[in-house]
Amino acid sequence: MPEPHELSTGPGRILVAVYGVLGVAATGRSSVQLLGDVGRAPLAYSLSLVAAVLYLVATTCLLLGTPLARRVALAACSVEALGVVVVGLLSYTAPDLFPDKTVWSHFGQGYAYLPLVLPFLGLAWLRRTSPRRRR
Amino acid sequence: MNVWLMALVLLLTTVAAVATVVMIVRDQSPPGDPYFLLLGLLLVALLVQLVVGLVSLAGTDADVEGVTFVAYLVTAVLVVPVGAALALVERNRWGTGVLLVALATVAAMQLRLDSLWSGAGA
Repeated sequence: MPEPHELSTGPGRILVAVYGVLGVAATGRSSVQLLGDVGRAPLAYSLSLVAAVLYLVATTCLLLGTPLARRVALAACSVEALGVVVVGLLSYTAPDLFPDKTVWSHFGQGYAYLPLVLPFLGLAWLRRTSPRRRR
Repeated sequence: MNVWLMALVLLLTTVAAVATVVMIVRDQSPPGDPYFLLLGLLLVALLVQLVVGLVSLAGTDADVEGVTFVAYLVTAVLVVPVGAALALVERNRWGTGVLLVALATVAAMQLRLDSLWSGAGA
């Protein structure tokens, strides 16, 4: 087993890999959306960008694994979890708000629900590897 | 979009994924040449797909989202070597798991390429 404080080793590697894929996917989607036609769905497109930045930040922080990176990753994962739940609910209850899709629409359906699962896995992994839990 | 090429990519991806799952269960790192030969073949198939995709895109009148389509074609080529490199950093089942993530990504991107080509939207 890896040392408990090693964020990006062991299962953490898979987490980083999936976060990386999602980061690239979200960045791609938001750039195409924002460079294409911003006026069509400003809210949805801005949210795509926010999600993209959060995924890239989380990926980087998981890789770095310093105490500061750990805190930033904690914040990023929390906001992601909140974002996917709120946007997921809104995309069903108030579809008018979202003329086009974001990564978080319908709880991340278009991305195999990874956006819904990943922040919670991230939080669990951060907790599990927390230095405070070491003897 | 060339259906046979996509079928070949998906076939190679599936075979590689099965081999990867076996390695994960056995807590192994990619053991040797046959596995990397398979990944190499997949990479060649993806490169051919990139070229064929670009040529077909240039020649089509259909309503295809060009930028997204090309981005998917290019990224699909990059995923395999990046995944392989990451898998070799940690030589146990977790490192190998990264390869499974990479292969799943390639498969997902194939499905997306298909829907983009048939104009189903991004």
